[in-house]
Amino acid sequence: MKRIQLARMAGSYGVVIALLLLLLFSYLRYENFLSTFNIMSVLRYNSMFALVALGMCFVIMTGGIDLSVGTVAALGSVAAAYASPYGPVTGLAAGVGVGVLVGAINAFVITRMGIMPFIATLATMLAASGAALLLAKNRSVPVSYQSGFTEIGQGNVVGLPIPAIIAAVAFFLGWLVLNYTATGRGVLAVGGSEESAKLMGLPANRIKVMVYVASGALAGLAGVILAAQFGAGQPIEGVGWELFAIASVVVGGTLLTGGVGSVGSTLAGVLLLGILFTALNFENGLGWISLSAYWQSVVRGAFLLIVVILQSRFMIAKEG
Amino acid sequence: MTNTALLPVIVRSPTNSFDLLSRYGTVAVLIVLVVFNLIFTTNFATLQTLNVNLTQVCTILIVAVGMTLVIATGGIDLSVGSLMAISGAIAPMIFLGKLFPVGNVHLAVVLAIVVAIGVATLLGMFNGWLISHFRIQPIIATLVLFIAGRGIAQVLTNGQLQTFKVPEFQFIGLGRVLGIPFQVIIMAVLVLVATWVIGKTVFGRQILAIGGNEKASRLSGIAVGRVKLTVYAVSGFCAGIAGLVVIAINSSSDANMVGLGMELDAIAAVAVGGTLLIGGRAFIIGTLLGALTIQLVRYTLLANGVPDAAAQVALAGIIVLAVWVQQQGRAL
Repeated sequence: MKRIQLARMAGSYGVVIALLLLLLFSYLRYENFLSTFNIMSVLRYNSMFALVALGMCFVIMTGGIDLSVGTVAALGSVAAAYASPYGPVTGLAAGVGVGVLVGAINAFVITRMGIMPFIATLATMLAASGAALLLAKNRSVPVSYQSGFTEIGQGNVVGLPIPAIIAAVAFFLGWLVLNYTATGRGVLAVGGSEESAKLMGLPANRIKVMVYVASGALAGLAGVILAAQFGAGQPIEGVGWELFAIASVVVGGTLLTGGVGSVGSTLAGVLLLGILFTALNFENGLGWISLSAYWQSVVRGAFLLIVVILQSRFMIAKEG
Repeated sequence: MTNTALLPVIVRSPTNSFDLLSRYGTVAVLIVLVVFNLIFTTNFATLQTLNVNLTQVCTILIVAVGMTLVIATGGIDLSVGSLMAISGAIAPMIFLGKLFPVGNVHLAVVLAIVVAIGVATLLGMFNGWLISHFRIQPIIATLVLFIAGRGIAQVLTNGQLQTFKVPEFQFIGLGRVLGIPFQVIIMAVLVLVATWVIGKTVFGRQILAIGGNEKASRLSGIAVGRVKLTVYAVSGFCAGIAGLVVIAINSSSDANMVGLGMELDAIAAVAVGGTLLIGGRAFIIGTLLGALTIQLVRYTLLANGVPDAAAQVALAGIIVLAVWVQQQGRAL
């Protein structure tokens, strides 16, 4: 019994504890780590990944997966860049719009044609990447600097980066939906057992449509921020984002089999992986070691390894 | 010892109606593509076109053979592209004498091939160990090496391009035996061996049994962990070979590029070829047809002036369509 409680605790708080430990370690070791500038730039940059991971979290909770988010973000950034001369709202609508469109295609292929999420979103991943390259004519598309569009990525409100505020609002809404609405409970029910959920009269297909459309929309939104932050729509960006998002969700303790998950620990997962990078950069700055950029993916992979092994230990303990 | 007679008969006879449909579905697409090309693509019916398409499809298919076995157990291997990069990074380091001097060039090449493929196999085994010992889901377990593997290859080479001109080694990518490109022979051998293993050996039956129902397989006395370990090791082995073929063709090894996106190509070939992604079936010839179809779609579009990006969109549609047709067949 005690072991089970321990496992549950570790599942929900492990990632938060790890995040706090990493922050404490970095604060003690590196000068300026918790400087306003550094905090703001970490938040600004990681907000894109946070949005993508939020959508992924909901998809995974239904027992599915969305491999298309990275290239959808790229497509969204291109669409937003083309729309950027007409103002920030138009840019936003264009980016999110193409995201919703791809999400809807995913939902259609998965729920109507009955194709596994892995294959369906693998196909749209290819298609979105192709569409982004076609639309952008194989180049990056510069955004307009006059219309105020770039504020979405580069601006501040009350001293906080706008992308971080967008991500925070999205996570708050996600948390509300998951915990306090019938839809949110339905997401977990479908992931737990689709058969039972259907027998209980839950609209399983409608719930799935919602999560894939939401995931597409959030990926499109991340693309808008990408374009606004770096001043161009980038058709070849976003490669591997889907796997980063999956890693964040898994590190956050959400099970890939669906039915279990938390919005808060997904955010902690994103921050943990993001801050790990920043800490590595600071470590390089100290001059004791010199890890090339290539080491970062090795360290990231090793970190993911440790987390999943620990999780599996707890899982096995849980099963008795 | 496992007695095959105890196993449920999961291998269906190929005359089963949906098997036929899924098999002929892909064949039909292939025939349509070939006819279309014969009519519209200039210089299609030449030996050179055949060679171009065969060499292109080779690396995908070599990887896809291992992937078919993995998917047959109900798993997936995302790490294959990264393992290709590692094997492609290690081999030149050895035959160029960067790690230690080797006097004889033939010895150096043999050593390079054995070590590179050996490392890839061991890393595949590591995937299998994570999956069977820690019961980590395959997609997550292989995600670890997908992320870290390419980093390892980049760290090994410091991200730098290794160029070389070693005919003894490059034979595996450029050489010919009786006019047939050597990598096509490697591919054919792997396809034949895998088909034989799946159809005729106890091990093959065990793979299908595990994919069909893991719990039942465990209860009927199959060493599930060992079978999975072997299957992922085989996938690593195949990826190791593919990595060497790619660098031999290119006369250079770029850790940033070798095998990039290969996992998706291979999975797509397996899926189009009619192997269910939930496991329990392995259709090596189907995978061959799937890889050929994907390659021919790309070739057809490119040869007729359609940009690569548009070809990707078309490919996406074909993947969905092919899988859908197979599922309709299953529903009959």
